Amino acid sequence: MNKGVAITGMGIVSAIGSNTAMNYEALVSGKSGIDYPKNLLTKHKDLPVGEIALTNKDMAEKLRLPKDHLYTRAALLGVTAIKEAVEQSRLKIDSHTGLVSGTSVGGIDATEKFFTEFAAGNSENKEFIRAQHPGFTTQKIADYFGITGFVSTISTACSSSANAIMLGARLIKAGKLKRVIVGGTDCLTRFTLNGFNSLKILSKEPCQAFDENRYGLNLGEGAAYLILEAEDEIKDREVLGRLKAYGNSNDAFHQTASSADGEGAYLAMQKALITANIPLNAIDYINAHGTGTKNNDAAESVALQRIFNNEVPKFSSTKAFTGHALAAAGALEAVYSLLNIKKSQIFPNLNFSHPMQSSDLIPVTKLEQQKVNTVLSNSFGFGGNCTSLIFARDEK
Amino acid sequence: MKNKIYITGIGGISAQKNDFAENPLVYEQLIFKAHTPNFKEFIKPMALRRMSQAVKMGVTTALLALKDAKVELPEAIITGTGEGCKKDTERFLEKLLDQREDLLNPTPFIQSTHNTIGGQIALHLGCKNYNVTYSQNSASLESAFIDAQLLLSENPKSNNILVGGVDEVSEVISGFRNLDQQLKTKKIKNLDLFKDDSPGTIASEGSHFFLLTSEIKESTYAELIDLGIINSVSTQGLTSEVESFLTNNQLKPEDIDVVILGNNGDNRFDHFYENLQQGIFKNTQQLVYKHLIGEYETATGFAFLLAANILKSGEIPGILKANNIPEVKTKNILIYNQYLARDHSLSLLRAV
Amino acid sequence: MLKMTDLHTELKESIVEQLNLEEMEPADISDEEPLFGDGLGLDSIDALELIVLLEKDYGIKLTEPEQGREIFVSINKMAQFIEENRTK
Repeated sequence: MNKGVAITGMGIVSAIGSNTAMNYEALVSGKSGIDYPKNLLTKHKDLPVGEIALTNKDMAEKLRLPKDHLYTRAALLGVTAIKEAVEQSRLKIDSHTGLVSGTSVGGIDATEKFFTEFAAGNSENKEFIRAQHPGFTTQKIADYFGITGFVSTISTACSSSANAIMLGARLIKAGKLKRVIVGGTDCLTRFTLNGFNSLKILSKEPCQAFDENRYGLNLGEGAAYLILEAEDEIKDREVLGRLKAYGNSNDAFHQTASSADGEGAYLAMQKALITANIPLNAIDYINAHGTGTKNNDAAESVALQRIFNNEVPKFSSTKAFTGHALAAAGALEAVYSLLNIKKSQIFPNLNFSHPMQSSDLIPVTKLEQQKVNTVLSNSFGFGGNCTSLIFARDEK
Repeated sequence: MKNKIYITGIGGISAQKNDFAENPLVYEQLIFKAHTPNFKEFIKPMALRRMSQAVKMGVTTALLALKDAKVELPEAIITGTGEGCKKDTERFLEKLLDQREDLLNPTPFIQSTHNTIGGQIALHLGCKNYNVTYSQNSASLESAFIDAQLLLSENPKSNNILVGGVDEVSEVISGFRNLDQQLKTKKIKNLDLFKDDSPGTIASEGSHFFLLTSEIKESTYAELIDLGIINSVSTQGLTSEVESFLTNNQLKPEDIDVVILGNNGDNRFDHFYENLQQGIFKNTQQLVYKHLIGEYETATGFAFLLAANILKSGEIPGILKANNIPEVKTKNILIYNQYLARDHSLSLLRAV
Repeated sequence: MLKMTDLHTELKESIVEQLNLEEMEPADISDEEPLFGDGLGLDSIDALELIVLLEKDYGIKLTEPEQGREIFVSINKMAQFIEENRTK
């Protein structure tokens, strides 16, 4: 019997709050975190984002880091989220405790700050030269918690943290680790804001996932992590839920766009469902990738209809709350999936009014009370990278 | 019964040609590029036109590894890259800063994502299977190998996993290594790397892809026994980490016939290697290679290639030897690497 | 029927350069040839690049990327659109 891997802790920081309780509060009250950028130094002040109010200074002080610390914003967000998860699970950290973090741009906020300086041969801030590379941010997080053994970073764009969660579960199942911190972190940067802007897929309005009149996505930032543990490590501690199954597939269609039939998404969900070995109707709710771009939502809708034979379970995208937090998105939504199960609630897809003509799918638009035993969570990224995770209630 | 893992196909691009044992290429710059084939023989011009060196090298070596193993479509593509598509990152960032966030071309942004290499291999092959990219500094390739090891152990039917490591040199960002002592301060010939007792190293680029199978085929080179990564450890602690890694694989240090070490001439960190060279592997044949191909985050790809070739051919090129031990038949090879005292990795290969 | 103008040549040159069509000479692109699909074989990323090109070189700002589909049909069509809408 596939029980799934036990989740004993979770932590989150996003545009709607700097811990799980605050995120939950916003989700049930329908309070979005999307607004115009305040802290991000960009000229695109007309592009709404899901920005976290905490400044780097706020976080560094709260974490009692020395003044000359080398923590990038993504590392600060990561540590903040992991701290919550570690405290909740009372995690034991030793050489059998690993860290797998997903990030797309890591510490590129530091690189964009110092690039001109470095290029001119100024070495004053040379400790940040390696910040550009994803492993740098993960390294800092590992250092904070004293994790010295298995530390790795996955960088598959917007599915990074979903893939990190998947790898963590596989490491536990294979007996390679006893405990592992999994998730991801990404902060708002000029690099990504301008990048997505150059692709013409940023919306000047709050995003409208799955709506006929959607224009694009809102970029977000955040970090979320889960603690996964082997069965004999759990003892009398609470199990928040289980990662029951997962699947990754590649659309192999286009460097950034999804194929019209959503083949990659279809295959990822199919793999997860087969591994879970449950009937289609056992899925109570889907946390869709639902970014609000024309292309993603159309492809994901087709994939959903194909896999569920046109009987698509209740679904919503929570991107209108948080913005699209890129590599962290899958982990943010993993925390929300566990909240769905724990609180027996489905969080709404904000800003939806008109179903897409091509699919006619209607997401959940109001908070719903309902027993949720099993959640499917989708995360798709550039390079055709598609990942689906299935979370389930812990059956005693 | 767990699957065994065999290296059955290899594709490699580095700063050296295949005949490096007799005719090593000599470089006098601190940063030097790979010796590359004509990419047009592998990739169509319309696809090639947007690809940076990392993507070109990655796709080409992936194709070479598949061809070597006579496999058309892998069951998974797992890529490691420490620094990803630096050139496109740099292009986009420079434009962003110069043009003050205005009128930016999307292509470099699209190509800057770390999983561009793995994504482009999938696109080239039309491969919809599992595809993940690791970017953990000098443990990126090893992370990818560990994922492959898991895949092959999870399903008795799994086979044909493509694993590789790629990193490229870029004009500006690679040059930043001059500022934080990653590079030597004075020019040095690559082949003289170990003659100079000073901080820093020499940097280059390359790509190595490996096709892993669960059964022995005609082209099989070696068996991949186990891998481990250790994020941080002291010099003294390293010896016991190595010993326990070997114990987990029912081996003692003296069972290792050849140890391939990642010495890069940086006198601040080479003590990790020297401690093993003068300690548990004192009487073991020690090989080094970064004086040939330079340092980069996935340079161990070349070490895997060397190990595979030595185990298959039984021949050890003299240019690699750091000591002289009477030759025995090589059965077990251990690869150890670290960069800047972090992201240590151990990889164990065996003759078939 | 539009005749070959300096604008046509200029467009072909910028397309070859901007889209890295390394194997091509500007003269290899005919005025009528479809730029996307079976013709020159450009894709959606190129379409985005052409939008940047319109704005940078001719001061034409497209609000919806979809508009490109009707404009980037051929060199003739592009030249015509530019003549009618250019601000520089």
